[in-house]
Amino acid sequence: MPIPTPVVDDLVRPVDPQPVALPSAPAAPPPPAPDPASERPPAVAALKDSASVGLALVPLGLAFGVLVTQADLAWWWATAFTAFIYAGSLEFLLIGLVAAVVPLATVALTAFLVNIRHVFYALSFPLHRVKGRAARAYSTFALTDEAFALATSERARSWSGRRTVFLQLYMHLYWVGGATLGGLLGSLVPEGVTGLDFALTALFTVLALDAVRDRLDDLPTPALALLSAVIARVLFPSQMMLAACSLFAIALTARHFAGRHFTGRHLAGRHLAGRRASDAARSRRA
Amino acid sequence: MPDTPYLLAAVALSAAITWALRALPFAALAPLRASSTVQYLSTRMPAGIMVILLVYCLRDLPVTETRALAPVIALAVTVGLHLWRRNALLSILGGTAVHVVLASAVFAQ
Repeated sequence: MPIPTPVVDDLVRPVDPQPVALPSAPAAPPPPAPDPASERPPAVAALKDSASVGLALVPLGLAFGVLVTQADLAWWWATAFTAFIYAGSLEFLLIGLVAAVVPLATVALTAFLVNIRHVFYALSFPLHRVKGRAARAYSTFALTDEAFALATSERARSWSGRRTVFLQLYMHLYWVGGATLGGLLGSLVPEGVTGLDFALTALFTVLALDAVRDRLDDLPTPALALLSAVIARVLFPSQMMLAACSLFAIALTARHFAGRHFTGRHLAGRHLAGRRASDAARSRRA
Repeated sequence: MPDTPYLLAAVALSAAITWALRALPFAALAPLRASSTVQYLSTRMPAGIMVILLVYCLRDLPVTETRALAPVIALAVTVGLHLWRRNALLSILGGTAVHVVLASAVFAQ
């Protein structure tokens, strides 16, 4: 039985002060064709959304669980890490840190530096569609790179807040489930088997390819990101993540102001207009 | 060997810092959402950040040693599989399997 989407969600949505389309923008492109999955209850639609990248968290979690046991920690630490921290790249680093019993200050600093990139996620993640204190709190807690990549992708434009939160919950379960299983089976993995940690690299490869393919008309953006990352790696190796994200944000801002009267503004307007149109189409259906 | 109180503290610290970094910017950035610069950044940052994360994963690649071939070949397999089949699960499983075989058997130290 379908769970009705509360109409009030769309009515109480804060009205953004800026116009729907910037003045220089041409007519908005038609909104994307209605996604058949969006007619289903959000919990069911989100299960389908989680099938590709989301399910990839299972082997990644398995790899994490095995690494936990290879660091001589009890299997259930794999469950505890993944359930409470839920930040994959930090957790992979954390295994090495806690196995070496580094000072807690070092743990805190590492958590800060590795995850500082998340401050940029608030710019794009559609938290305004998530209603209710508990749902919003969980949605920010579970705002992983994978959730961010999926929720900001082209096909997510028409997703309701509930659908996004369910997707985050499923991915959380895949991650905890995979890690727990990996922790339990870890002792069966022969001694010399290494390299499972590549699952994280492979995941980001896939997410980067998908994100770039979503915006093929805008190849300078990934090029600037690549350049920022390489410069950060060479100049600031110990704080690469923070340096790369900052350089990238600065480069994008500079590009925005340089190209304001040309294509930059034009494209931003078009993109937003399309997003607004699809949000409006969803309100009408609800 | 880390003891339980230490591990619990490490998990609690990491969880609190991660959540704060994810939740607090929404409040801080709310007044900025109307700015055209923030909107410009918000449509472009997702693709760029995934590229940065990928480079970050490869940051310690030992480029002068032959064992660097394991991640490089596995990366090529992942990209190739993904461009070919567009199936995230297949690409990740395939790339990781190739890496495990190469790192454990072929380029084992």
